[in-house]
Formats: sequence, structure tokens, C-alpha cells
Amino acid sequence: MNFQPGKDTLKRNFKTVGTRTPRPDGLDKITGRAQFGADMTAPGMLWGLILRSPHAHARIRKIDTSKAEAVNGVHAVVTAADFGPCPDGVLDVRENIMAREKALYDGHAVAAVAATSRAAAKQALKLIKVDYEVLPHVTDVDEAMKPSAPVINNKLFTKGLDKTPRKPSNVAERFEFGHGDVEAGLKQADLVIERTFKTEATHQGYIEPHACLASMGSDGKGDIWCCTQGHFMVRQVCSALLGMDASALRVTASEIGGGFGGKTTVFIEPVALALSLKSNRPVKVVMSRSEVLRASGPTSSTSIDIKIGMNKDGTITAGDATLRYQGGAFPGSAVPYGAMAAFACYDLKAVRAVGYDVIANRPKQAAYRAPGAPMAAYAVESVVDELCKELDLDPLDVRLKNASSDGSKASYGPNFDVIGLRATLEAARAHPHYKAKLGRNQGRGVACGFWFNFGGETSVSLNVSADGTIGLSVGTPDIGGSRASIGNMAAEELGVPHDKVRCIIADTASLGYNDVTDGSRVTFASGLAAINAARDAIGKMCERAAGIWGIPVEAVTWEDGAARPSSPNAGKHEPLTLADIAAQAGATGGPISGHCEINAEGAGVSFATHLVDTEVDPETGYVKVLRYTVFQDAGKAVHPSYVEGQFQGGAVQGIGWALNEEYIYGKDGTLQNAGFLDYRIPVASDLPMIDAVIVEVPNPGHPYGVRGVGETSIVPPLAAISNSVSDAAGVRMTQLPMSPPRVLKALGRI
Amino acid sequence: MFQIQVSTSINGDDTEFSCEADETLLDVLRDRLGMTGSKEGCGTGDCGACSVVVDGRLVCSCLMLGAEAQGREIETIEGMADGTELHPLQQKFLDHAALQCGVCTPGFLVAAKSLLERNDDPTEEEVRYWLAGNLCRCTGYDKIVRAVLDTAKDMRKPAKTKKPAAKKRVKA
Repeated sequence: MNFQPGKDTLKRNFKTVGTRTPRPDGLDKITGRAQFGADMTAPGMLWGLILRSPHAHARIRKIDTSKAEAVNGVHAVVTAADFGPCPDGVLDVRENIMAREKALYDGHAVAAVAATSRAAAKQALKLIKVDYEVLPHVTDVDEAMKPSAPVINNKLFTKGLDKTPRKPSNVAERFEFGHGDVEAGLKQADLVIERTFKTEATHQGYIEPHACLASMGSDGKGDIWCCTQGHFMVRQVCSALLGMDASALRVTASEIGGGFGGKTTVFIEPVALALSLKSNRPVKVVMSRSEVLRASGPTSSTSIDIKIGMNKDGTITAGDATLRYQGGAFPGSAVPYGAMAAFACYDLKAVRAVGYDVIANRPKQAAYRAPGAPMAAYAVESVVDELCKELDLDPLDVRLKNASSDGSKASYGPNFDVIGLRATLEAARAHPHYKAKLGRNQGRGVACGFWFNFGGETSVSLNVSADGTIGLSVGTPDIGGSRASIGNMAAEELGVPHDKVRCIIADTASLGYNDVTDGSRVTFASGLAAINAARDAIGKMCERAAGIWGIPVEAVTWEDGAARPSSPNAGKHEPLTLADIAAQAGATGGPISGHCEINAEGAGVSFATHLVDTEVDPETGYVKVLRYTVFQDAGKAVHPSYVEGQFQGGAVQGIGWALNEEYIYGKDGTLQNAGFLDYRIPVASDLPMIDAVIVEVPNPGHPYGVRGVGETSIVPPLAAISNSVSDAAGVRMTQLPMSPPRVLKALGRI
Repeated sequence: MFQIQVSTSINGDDTEFSCEADETLLDVLRDRLGMTGSKEGCGTGDCGACSVVVDGRLVCSCLMLGAEAQGREIETIEGMADGTELHPLQQKFLDHAALQCGVCTPGFLVAAKSLLERNDDPTEEEVRYWLAGNLCRCTGYDKIVRAVLDTAKDMRKPAKTKKPAAKKRVKA
């Protein structure tokens, strides 16, 4: 019954899919009823607070918690000593959620308390005495790679080199991707441009801080309520860290107030669980905004060298990139993704991308929307833009000339299937925005972007109620309207109105394992699984109809929400609707439900082209975004409003990254701007409307042609805006963010 | 610990509570009164997710003490709909898909209502500046601004019907 990619034909005519239906969680979210991470309470609940290192790098000699434990109302204090042995796979998580021998960054957790009131918890935190030996630190990626840099982890020996080095360093691993003879390709070029770029770390900036409520019973069974992109991941990691059976811990995903990748890991959940275990009371932990910025998972800061050769006719002869990403105090930055995505938009004979994963005294990076790709695309697309300018070529023509297309060999190895890059470029070229006139101090920028899109482990359950309505349980938290899109796909397949399907996010005890909501995978993978589950249920309903009619099941077909005899030979029978069959379910064999458990493949890569006009104020260095248009391939836009929303939201996060946002560390290695006043994300008055153009090149890997849309939209903006500002200012920008002082410096004004 | 006794009005209901001297109005609403519709995104008045109206004035409830609510009239997101009848802004936010994750939405709705009560015909720029104290990380603000402008247009309609209807332009 499951969809067979490459064998089954794709559905092209839709009734529900492609319409702008109301979202099922809408009412709760406009009335204040929706329950987010911090909105849950439990009888007897304690408040948990976390003590954090004020040092960027320090050995922890001793922690004295006795005075804190003596505070009235305090029921538990935990430190690293409360987290025992654990599997290797979660060792870094264990170190990150609670510092052990050393505090590795400003904000690293060192102890936690649970008390009957926040006031008592606060008072207790102040009474915990930590004896630190402050160590030399390093926060900049290039500095961290120098042989003279303080070594953060003396057990870290660079992987991926021909010979493992004898000395430890801050370089965790080297990666290389590509094919062809890059040196020969560069020699053939009429023009070669080589440049170095730097980008600062940014934060996902979700408005809802991390929050959880953990309750651990003395029988070894526990519950967690939390805002997360993956409650099955929370269950796995927390049970492993606490030495519990996975099934003894049930995790329920609250409504989630934004994630963008930042909630694909755990920070406070194991701490709350340990506090609950020790106090035998439910414990709620909610991060403050400054904790979110200091101690959750921002992006890498990067340093990137790009060398590209181009002929006078616009043909790119070779591309070469070296990418250095610091990912905080632990290995695992997104540099491999960056290196793989860097040249993915181009069909090149010779290409190489080398990546270095570097550690530094900063919080461990987490995924942020197309992790690693925006910075790589920024550097590559900046050099392509400069080549176009130097050779007096149109940037869209050059991209069309070199664009990856169906079947071309990707810069990271595989051959592309059916892809939509050219369609987005052609849509951009035909759009009035591309021909609009520009004024003084104004410039236009173009850039393309790519993201892989994931599939992954997915489990869905679809239950037919006796009244003919549908309960659809998925295990992937809804971070942007996915309940609407998944519910609509199930309705489409079953042939029932969309409002007869209620899609919910089930807890970890109610469904098989689901990978986290990441990689733009949910509408693709949970949607695919929902369609398969609907087909499973349809098969069962056809069997019931066959039984009622006394004909073989092969002679029954499903059309427009009803079982029908497949041909006149099958006899004359009035169609049995889904509701008819559901009403008789008890008498015909019991409840009807459909299931699908898969490891979804065929996600279908995604491309976008962005156009942006900016104006640079030569007096102040302020950059104003005048006009912005996104062209992105959605495969099939299941719910166009939320597809547009993904395009617009990604573009604006990119605008923030390009112009304002940065982690600023002081000489002492502490974060200087841990608040929304100083870490400034774009506000409404900074922006124009963001035009979203949906391009649809169906993905052969999904029955409706769906591709993930969530992440690609943040890949082009950094480059598009930098190209636009470079055009407006008449000088090539090579560092992000392009804050007013940096623009003035580039203009030679300061 | 010494607590302060406060009598206030919340969404028209007389309400009494006791709180610590240093507790914010947001903490009181959320933790003492169970009104969790107002959200804490920053606790420093930078994000607007906790927006409420106090005696007609739009404020961040994280920047006001609970004790300061004494004798005031407070409006929160929970009081925005009239029973089952949504405020026009709430309906337009749904129609325009002006929310994704929804955590900033209560604050935006409270702030936008406050704007439309002062200015029933705001320009796009006025909407953008009025809402500049409310952070949204999902939508890029486009659909939010459209929803507010569209609500204002609809709410002005009754007055406009008195005027003669504009002639329809017919394309040749």
C-alpha cells in the first residue's frame, strides 16, 4: 500500500491540498489558550534554577552546595556528580548540560536547585560556592586554530587527516568534498577571484525560551512536558543520561514557540528530571532570555576562503572553498553541511570544498535552519557576483548558464533527481522586481541557495471514529502549521473534507519512534506517512465494504471518500461512504485504523533564488532593505499560506544575520549582548513586505510531489543582501553582519 | 514572607490576589491567576510577548509590578474575544495566516488592538512602527502587517457605507 517512489504516479489534481484552510491550532493560539512549554504546572511543583559559569574557561576545583541545601524551601541541589555513567553517544550532552571538570564557556551550567518558590531558588543559587581556576580562553575561529591557542580539550586529536596528529588541538575534524581537477580548472579561467569572508555567530532567536516540567516517581517512571522539536529525542537522551528504561519515560511535546533547529537537542530537560528524581517532586525549569543566548545552541561563527574561475562567457571553470566553523566547546559544527552545500547550485567539472570543525570557548552550536549552508552560500555567491561584475555579465544569466539541473552531478557527490533551481532563476528573471529602476545609493543583489531536505524515521496513526471523522496522530512537533498540511494530505487521500480530520502531536508512549522536526522533513515525511496510513485505512475499509456486499475485495475501489464496486461485473451496489463504513465498524470486524512506520527516503532537494534591493546611507552606514522577493521550489505547496510564511520568515532571519545580529564576546570571553535589546533581531519597522513566489517542480519521491520548504529560504539572503549592499556602496563587503560601523569602514569613512 | 494584597479588575472581572513586592504583573497573571496567555519572551520589555493594557495604556506586563495593579483596569489576551465571538483582529490573524508558532501572537493582538483604538486608518508604516516593540521570529511580519491593515479596513466599513458607493472601474 505504501507509496513506491519511481513506480507510482504522482497525484496532480487536488481538492484540499493547495488550498488555504484554517489551521487546527489557530483558535487556541489567538485566544491565549494554547499551552506552551512554560504554561504547564503540576501539584506540588518546585521551581528549578541553574547556576552558570561566569568564566569562559575555568577548571572547577570544588563546588560547595551545603549552604544552598540549608535554605528553607530548597528540596534538591544537583551538580555533575548527579549524572552518572552514560553511553558514549550522549557523553558530550552530559558535559554540556552540567559542567564536570571544567566550565567551557560563559554560561555553562555548573549546578541547579529546586525550591518551593523562585525566590528561594534564587537565594540558594547565590549560596552555592564554586572554586574556579580561570584558564586562558579562545572564542575566535581563526585564533582557535593557531598552534599557540589554548587547548580546550587535551583529548581532541584532529580526525580526517592523512596522519593523526600527535598533539591535541582545537581542530576536531577535516572534511573534503568534490570532484575533478580544481587546479587545472582554475588555470583555464579568464578570471580567477579569491576572497576571504567572515561571519559572526547568530542565534535562532525563537521567542519562547526553553521550558520544561519534569516529574519522576519513586517507581522509576517519569514524565516530561517540554517545548522541543523532538520529544522522542528528549526521551532517548534523558533516559540515557538518567540510566532509565526509555519506555519508563514519557515525553509530551507542548506547543512550541519557535525552534528553527535550536530545540533539536536538550539543555534543561535532564537537569529538571534529575532535580525531580532527587526531590521526589515535579520540577519546572524555564530559561531566561539571557540564559537562552548564553547557554543554548547558537550557530557557528565562520571564516571562509573562496576561489572561483570564470570564462568571459560566464562559464565557471572551477570552484574551491576552505571553510572553518567554530561550533562551540564540543565537536560537531555544521561545517560538513556547509562544505557540501557551498557549490550545490552549480554544475561544475572541477570543485572542492574543505571544511574544518573547530572548537572554541562558546556554547555548543545547535542547528539553525539549513545548518551551515547560509555562510557557505554567502561566500560562494559573493565571489560569483564579483566575477559577474568584473566580466560585465548578468548575474541571473550566469547562474542559469552554470545551474545544476536534472541529473547533474552534485558538488557533494550524488546525481540530482528532478530539481527546480532553473525554474526559480527563470521566475526571477521574468519578475518585474528584476527590471525595476534603482535610485541613488541603491543596489540590487541576487543569490541562490540549496538545502538537502531530510526524510527519516516516522510513525503515524490514523483512527477512523464511528461517526466518520478522523483522528490523526503524528510524532513530529508542529513548528509552523504542519498539523494543517499533514491533516489536509490525509483528507485529500481519504476523500473527506479537511475539517473532518483532527491532527494532533501524540506523546512518546502513543506512537512509534519519530525523528525530530528538522531538515524540513515534517510536511514531507509525516505527510508521506499520513498518506500511507490513509491508504492502509482505505484498504481496510474496502475489505469491510467487500464483506458487506459479499464480493471479493479486488472488486472494490475507493473514490471520492467512498467504497464503490470497481466495475459493473462486481454487481450493483450503492457506494458506501467512509461514514457508512465507520458506523458499521463494530459489526464488521471492530475499529478501523491505518498505520505507517517508515524511514522516509526521497525527500527531494530544494533550491531558491532571492532578489533584494537595498539603500546604503553613506553618512551613517545604515542599510535599508527596500524590496525583497523570494522564488523557491516547494515541489507542491500543500498549504500555500504557510509555505509563503516559511519563505518570508527565512528571508527575514537572513536579513537579521546579514545586517544586525552577532554574538559579541568581550576580551574576557564573556558574552556582551545576552538580551534582545543588544542582540537585535529584525522588527516590523526594519522591513518591507516580503514577496513570496512559489515555484512548483514536483518531487518524484512524494506521492503529491511535496518538497520540504522550511530551510532553503535562509540560505540565499546573506549573499543576496551582501551583493546588494556591495552594489549600492560600490565596494565588496566581506564580513557579516554589515552593521553601520562596518559599512562606514568599508566606505572608508571611519 | 510579607505579601501585598491587591484588588484589581482583569478583563472586567474583579480580582484579588496577594503577591511578593518584587513580583511582576506577568508573574502574577501567569503563576498566581493561571492566565498563561501572556508570554514571557525576554522579561526585559524587549519582545512584547507579555503585552497587556492597563487603564487603556499598552504596557509590557514584565516591566510592571503586580502590586501596581491595585485599583487598575487590566485587559489581557484572554479577554479579547467576546465569548465565542472573536475580535476582528483575531479572525484576520487566522484568515491571513499571520501566525506560525503562535507564541508572540497574544502580544501582537493586544498591541494591534491598542493601535486600532487610537488610529482606525493606519498606514503600513504606522502599523510597522507601532508593532516595532513586538518581536516575531517566524513570519517576517508580512502577514501580520497585512492582517492588521485588513482589519482596520473592515472595521472602518460601517462608516463608509454612508458615503455614496464608489463607481466600479470596468476594464475596457
